[in-house]
Amino acid sequence: MFPRIVYESFRRQARRKLLAGIAITLGVAVATAMIAVATDIGDKINRELRSYGANLVVTPQEDTLDVEVGGINLKPPSDGAFLNEADLPRIRGTFWHHNIVGFSPMLPVTVKLGHGSDAKDVTLLGTYFNKVLSFGKDDFTTGVRITHPWWKVSCGDGKESPNCAWPADDSQNVLLGERLATKLSQKPGDTIEVSGRQLTISGILSTGAAEDDQIVAPLAVAQQILGKPGAVRRVYVSALTKPPDALSVRDPKTMTPEVYDRWYCSPYVESIAYQLQEVIPHSHAEQIRQVAQNEGTVLSRIKGLMLLITFAALFASALAVSAAMATAIYERRVEVGLMKALGAGNLAVSAIFFAEALLLAIVGGIAGFSAGALLARQIGRSIFNSQISIEPVLFPIIIAIAVFVTFAGSAAAIRRAVKFDPVFALRGDG
Amino acid sequence: MSTVGTLQTPKQVANRRALAPHTSMFGRMLLRAAVLRRRRAASALLAMIVAAAVATAMMNLYVDVQAKLRTEFRNYGANVVIVAKDGQSLPADALAEVESVLGAKTLAVPFSYAVARTKDGQSVVVVGTDFARARQLNHWWKVSHWPGAPNEALIGMRAATVVNPKAGPNRRPFELTFEGKTIQLAPAGMLQTGAGEDSRIYLDQAEFQGWTGVAPSTIEVAANGTAGEVEASIRQLAQLLPAADIRPVRQIMEGEANVLNKTRATLYASATLVVLTSALCVLATLIGWVFDRRRDFAIMKALGASERLVNGFFAAEAAALGVVGAIVGFFIGICVAAWIGRVNFHAPVVPRFSVFPYVLAGSVAVALISAILPIVLLRRVQPAIILRGE
Repeated sequence: MFPRIVYESFRRQARRKLLAGIAITLGVAVATAMIAVATDIGDKINRELRSYGANLVVTPQEDTLDVEVGGINLKPPSDGAFLNEADLPRIRGTFWHHNIVGFSPMLPVTVKLGHGSDAKDVTLLGTYFNKVLSFGKDDFTTGVRITHPWWKVSCGDGKESPNCAWPADDSQNVLLGERLATKLSQKPGDTIEVSGRQLTISGILSTGAAEDDQIVAPLAVAQQILGKPGAVRRVYVSALTKPPDALSVRDPKTMTPEVYDRWYCSPYVESIAYQLQEVIPHSHAEQIRQVAQNEGTVLSRIKGLMLLITFAALFASALAVSAAMATAIYERRVEVGLMKALGAGNLAVSAIFFAEALLLAIVGGIAGFSAGALLARQIGRSIFNSQISIEPVLFPIIIAIAVFVTFAGSAAAIRRAVKFDPVFALRGDG
Repeated sequence: MSTVGTLQTPKQVANRRALAPHTSMFGRMLLRAAVLRRRRAASALLAMIVAAAVATAMMNLYVDVQAKLRTEFRNYGANVVIVAKDGQSLPADALAEVESVLGAKTLAVPFSYAVARTKDGQSVVVVGTDFARARQLNHWWKVSHWPGAPNEALIGMRAATVVNPKAGPNRRPFELTFEGKTIQLAPAGMLQTGAGEDSRIYLDQAEFQGWTGVAPSTIEVAANGTAGEVEASIRQLAQLLPAADIRPVRQIMEGEANVLNKTRATLYASATLVVLTSALCVLATLIGWVFDRRRDFAIMKALGASERLVNGFFAAEAAALGVVGAIVGFFIGICVAAWIGRVNFHAPVVPRFSVFPYVLAGSVAVALISAILPIVLLRRVQPAIILRGE
């Protein structure tokens, strides 16, 4: 009898059930999408924060002092120690290599432009633009186009055009900083003579920093000019990191083995620096505090905000579901009156309603979960250009929440419906 | 439930009616409808209030959070740099002028550079600055101890090896020479940033200028506000200081714009979802409420009320509900937004009364839709059928 009543209720009152079901589906969809977005937002914003550039710098251990004012290096070019370019692909071999978004080696060389008495000292900076490297079987691209996303190449008038492009890493083409280009009145396509070499200008670089007064060339060109093949002055590394906490700032030398393992296996900026020093011989890796130290606050603010909004969304959708359920049950007092007049107990009547609510919650929950997953994906795609993945473990949790909210929303209405005198209900006094 | 309340004799009823103030039938109907079905009316009102509160909180946050995040982003330091052209110095009053143009809230820090030699002939870059301002601008500088006493210097981590090669970072005084003039300095503390600052020695501007005679050549500015406002500041500065290059720090500005845009878009999507859900909640509750009262509707029609009067009655009721809900919800929403601001940003969200018209219009619109929808459905039904209880 019991299953038949429930079944018939769904068959005969399909429209009403559909309304309650839609409310549950929408509520669950919004809740799912919001939970998915809130759990993934940290990761997404962390990636966006990489647009601030590298947060780690690797220098030679025996490095001497930089004597540099306003982007002009005042130190003799051959002075100081270098890293070996051949060691760089090993950055991909660190424990947290998945967190390393990219790296760019830098080799500044002071060169003379012009002849005789007009000769001027200019810094030529060798780097990777978009270089393909391989480590083991793994091919990857890296360079300033990844680590320095604010570097823009144009034709000098701010416009981008196919004639003005990033140089290839194996070419003899260079970029000219925009202020230097104005000073020399050179434009893309021209050649400049640097240390007896003819270099073609492939574009004008704008960075808003010291590079605007420099020549930026492929690393190999800078090494040839310096006469030191394989030499790299410093390497900028852009890595996804975990905000600092009490553990991150501790000195690894004073840690117990268990704490050390936990520290080593967390993507703190400190532990990634430590691992970079391990793979690159004779190097010293340090966080760039301007970038690294501020990431944590911005990240935690945005995460906290999304968490609070998710609570608001959960609250609103719970309320919507309970309102819909309460309305649906309130409309069926006559039915309750009839059942009770025929001798049904309060328990039996409640059981029917709860069974219906359970069914609705499960069906609406499944539909809502799928809709919410689609919604989250859409949000991820349109805002972050990447997937927002939904953890499968979320599914049972969402269904449980849907059932709980539906029950909670129905409970008060069911109690009132059951308490209502069947005589009044059947007379139609409502 | 019958519309008759407590039992009264006809005479009592007549007395009460005679004494009652003469309000219009329409107004009385509205009032009695709210009083007699307190419970249902209250639940409809509650839904309305919650929805209005959530919508208010979301709109307030959406507007205010961007400003809040911008202040967070100022921790990244200067976004505008003023550099004197061709290695010259800036005019002596440049800093004061920059501050007077940009207002007191903007932070401007002067820097002057010179290359000095240590006792054993090593070159090192010495920078003169205003320590109090630099400390405010560059939160990420890790400094063991800020200089306070005269002739105290802040030593970059790597510069320390040059000025005190044997002793390491201890407090042994050292000498620097610039164009034949020698100065005795005491190291106050170590500076660590992971960038160029590590190779430099920082001095107080007055002491630096007294020693080298070099005036500031660079002013770093942390300009507040939106990208447009920062650009306006740059234009203002360019007019003020024609002899200098005003450069936006693209790394900082573009990073900020990127993160802020993504956050704003996410916030917008979430706020829309939340507001839609709460509107749905109101719709569900109100439709149920009105539908439930189809008997009132039928009685009114059976007693000869015109279509217009019935529609007007339900519409007025819904509008009243929307207005009350919007007002109460608006104030609750402002409190919620302020609370979120305090918890998350440690600064309250300023209430924005400009969103009130939107909340009010939205609430009334949703209430009207949910009142009119069932009425339209019921219009075709004969009153007799409703009254028979079918």
